[in-house]
Amino acid sequence: MTALRTVIVGASHAGAQLAASLRQEGWDGEIVLVGDESPVPYQRPPLSKAYLAGKSAFEELEIRSAEFYDKRKISLLDARVEAIDHSAGHLTLSSGQSLAYDHLALCTGARPRRLLVPGAHLSGVCYLRTAMDVDLIRAAAQPGSVAVIVGGGYIGLEVAASLRALGLDVTVLEATERVLERVTAPEVSAFFQRVHQEEGVSIRTGALVEAFTGETKVREVLLSNGEAVPADLVIVGIGVEPNTELAASAGLEVDNGIVIDDRARTSDRNIVAAGDCTSRYMASYGGRVRLECVPSAGEQAKVAAATISGKSKEIAALPWFWSDQYDVKLQIAGLNTGFDEVVLSGDPKLDRDFTCFYLRQGELIAADCVNRPRDFVVSKRLLTQASRGVGRAELTSAVSDAGA
Amino acid sequence: MTVVRFVSHDGKTHAVPVEEGQSLMQVATNNAVPGIDGDCGGEAACGTCHVIVDPQWSECVGPPGADEEEMLAMNPEREPTSRLSCQMVVSDVWDGLSVRLPEFQM
Ligand SMILES: Cc1cc2nc3c(=O)[nH]c(=O)nc-3n(C[C@H](O)[C@H](O)[C@H](O)COP(=O)(O)OP(=O)(O)OC[C@H]3O[C@@H](n4cnc5c(N)ncnc54)[C@H](O)[C@@H]3O)c2cc1C
Ligand code: FES
Repeated sequence: MTALRTVIVGASHAGAQLAASLRQEGWDGEIVLVGDESPVPYQRPPLSKAYLAGKSAFEELEIRSAEFYDKRKISLLDARVEAIDHSAGHLTLSSGQSLAYDHLALCTGARPRRLLVPGAHLSGVCYLRTAMDVDLIRAAAQPGSVAVIVGGGYIGLEVAASLRALGLDVTVLEATERVLERVTAPEVSAFFQRVHQEEGVSIRTGALVEAFTGETKVREVLLSNGEAVPADLVIVGIGVEPNTELAASAGLEVDNGIVIDDRARTSDRNIVAAGDCTSRYMASYGGRVRLECVPSAGEQAKVAAATISGKSKEIAALPWFWSDQYDVKLQIAGLNTGFDEVVLSGDPKLDRDFTCFYLRQGELIAADCVNRPRDFVVSKRLLTQASRGVGRAELTSAVSDAGA
Repeated sequence: MTVVRFVSHDGKTHAVPVEEGQSLMQVATNNAVPGIDGDCGGEAACGTCHVIVDPQWSECVGPPGADEEEMLAMNPEREPTSRLSCQMVVSDVWDGLSVRLPEFQM
């Protein structure tokens, strides 16, 4: 009898963890990890941080060494999967070859949303998702040149901080009235706006990009109010879209991501999926949620591996996230979706350390901790362990203990 | 060859060869030591790489740095010789070092 084969499509955080977890679960069949990006899976979070700022080399980004996969008989296959024929149990690769599988896992991730305006094709207009994207940006980022960042989300702001460190002149254009509008309270947005201004970044809110102009290379960014902002380099960071085409064409249910259940199974119970490409119903948020973070990709991948191995695990871990900008380390526990109250500890108007706790109907749901690791650890624990809600009184006492 | 032992909460031992200069978290993930996740890739941001150094070795290995201490301070499984393994850079004099894993990571 030949060994069963699991094929994992997408070799990044989710795919790499899934392969490792399969072995940890004792799965001894064949594992093929197919990716179209880099021979060995690497970490994405440092791309906009240390790697862009030139503080780490590409080799340091590997999630695990090449030897790890080799030793555990996990084959890394550099290829793009074009189609799934699930009834026949095989995939078609871009080379035209086919690859048979017994178990299939989709970890196809997400890609940057494109800004579809005139001039978007000009050279110097960049996106940031891969190490190759960063290499291009770095080559263009000469000290003293002018960078315009479109989008004031975490990635845009991290890029702003890293490019300042490289000595560029940086402007951030944000379409809404404040940076981080989608993800934080106004107090936290105001804090980041202040810090970036103190570091010499010009932040323009309510700035809608209408076009890029230049001959072959971008020269200016045109705003809807008629203004032209000069630019040698543009980095667009306006969010990501899940890579769901492969799943959709195989007939799997897709709803802002490949729909999975608590055991990481897609609408076809024999195919699992994990990471940025998935969306899952989360009762505590009253709907389907697509998370975009490494811890969640890892958690879903572990559960998917358990499911393939015939074990029963459920996706449970609390979503959390971090971001580094200048000397500011932000750690976020939980999701603040639907918050109706915030409690501040510290002064975000003056200092560079504070915590913003988010409450919904009087109960803690998330915390943005700025240079306050103790608050992060306490919040994460409160949110993870609480079988019942944590109210304001309990929160206040836990936080004053942390400050001690 | 320098070897470090990771002792899991249920008492299982993983002896792993290490090289000077690697982070102990990286060593653990590269060798599939269960119980060390290293979610943040070594930024002292997640606390999922907590280990408890054998007290006999704590002087040799040294105390946590300031940022690391902040991450450990409120961890309920904190012990006097706790460290974040991502902040521990392997040295050749660590041959025979033993670290214990807590029951739960952050
Ligand atoms: C600049 C940047 C900074 C970030 N910072 C943080 C942070 O600080 N903290 C945090 O938690 N998260 C951060 N994130 C988000 C984090 O990187 C993602 O959540 C994570 O990468 C998700 O992993 P994934 O494996 O699901 O998907 P991805 O990383 O998107 O990987 C999917 C892989 O699949 C490949 N693929 C897709 N389709 C196919 C196909 N048909 N055939 C073959 N291969 C295919 C893709 O090329 C890609 O390599 C950041 C992301 C970026 C871009
Ligand atoms: S790996 Fe995240 S704190 Fe060590």
